[in-house]
Amino acid sequence: MKAEHTEAVWLTEENEFSFAELAELSGLSETELRELVDYGAVTPINPDSSPWVFTGKCLLTVRTACRLRIGFDLEPHGVALMVSLLDRIHELEAQLGSLRAQLPRHIR
Amino acid sequence: MKYKDYYSILGVERSAGAEDIKKAYRKLARKYHPDVSSDPKGEEKFKEVAEAYETLKNPEKRAAYDQLGSYQPGQDFQPPPDWGKQFGDSQFSSEDVDLADLFAGLAASRHRAGPGAGQIRMPGQDYEITAHISLEEAYRGTEVELNLTVPEYDETGRLHRVPRTFKVRIPKGATDGQRLRLAGRGGKGLNGGRDGDLYLNTALHPHPLFRVSGHDLYLDLPLAPWEAVLGATVEVPTLGGPVRLKVPPDTHAGQQLRLSRRGLPKPHGKEGDLFAIAQIVVPTVTSERERELFKQLAEGSTFNPRGHFQQEVKSES
Repeated sequence: MKAEHTEAVWLTEENEFSFAELAELSGLSETELRELVDYGAVTPINPDSSPWVFTGKCLLTVRTACRLRIGFDLEPHGVALMVSLLDRIHELEAQLGSLRAQLPRHIR
Repeated sequence: MKYKDYYSILGVERSAGAEDIKKAYRKLARKYHPDVSSDPKGEEKFKEVAEAYETLKNPEKRAAYDQLGSYQPGQDFQPPPDWGKQFGDSQFSSEDVDLADLFAGLAASRHRAGPGAGQIRMPGQDYEITAHISLEEAYRGTEVELNLTVPEYDETGRLHRVPRTFKVRIPKGATDGQRLRLAGRGGKGLNGGRDGDLYLNTALHPHPLFRVSGHDLYLDLPLAPWEAVLGATVEVPTLGGPVRLKVPPDTHAGQQLRLSRRGLPKPHGKEGDLFAIAQIVVPTVTSERERELFKQLAEGSTFNPRGHFQQEVKSES
């Protein structure tokens, strides 16, 4: 069994992916991805400019969307709603984690 | 090959109708799907449930599964002779194959037999894995070795579980929940399909001193009462080594002293900050001399830490 050495790239707000790349890497069809954008689950960096470009974080969101679509057999609107709510939960969890980090250890 | 009881995994009878199977699956998906479950073993359980549903929801696959017979979960078994031929896979072999791969193999064999056989481009699978690293490793960057057993297509389009080892360099910039993408390091694509990617989720071990919020760090800074009042220069630990911090006079408990750019490095340059949170700590053991000094302070001080109690009560009346 050979170990393969691999360079890695962080997925953040700084990376960029084209619309076609995002569809290919997430496993969604371009129609499904367009619907997710229409329903507000992911937002291009500049929604008014064409072609659309997305941040690296959007790749994580659309991959989640793809998992949810398959796992729960949902239609695009349901997926978009779920993804938005999950994003909101993650945001609140991050805020909670940040507040916890600021509490002295004996209070936590 | 080890037997898995797909019916008992979904909690349904062998005679259950398609609608009952779907209902049972949806309930379990809500409970264990890794994106919505808080169960730490959710992902593992969901894989089992999804595998069972994948086979039982499809009438053909379900019939093929039922034909295998019924065994105890985990029991070694062999499919009946001609089982493969009966379900459209004449090259069928049950050696070194997982039950899930067996059914995926049936689907693939139908593709092979269909129009344009051997031409269908299939992208390789994406893999997701979590690497647990220490805060120090996140600060410096590190290398981890990951062992995965992954489904991969062989030249004939059959799926097999293959053990693979990845050495992944985690560059500076990690924090809890940060994701890395390793392009092309997932499963191999078939017939010119692209190779899958490997997604690595970094999870940080708790640290005895530092607490993490994004790329910022928080540290409790215990101060003696006189250090807080008079100010002091104290040594504080950072991930890059100890530094001297100037505590200004009249520092209050809970006040945050910022050590700029002493937090975790961010992925695209810059660094988070380190915040030292002042805590006023009183000595647990005091000498005669110390007690005498505190008495003198008590007698000579006009400070009333509860002055606002009276004010608040007055304003209420």
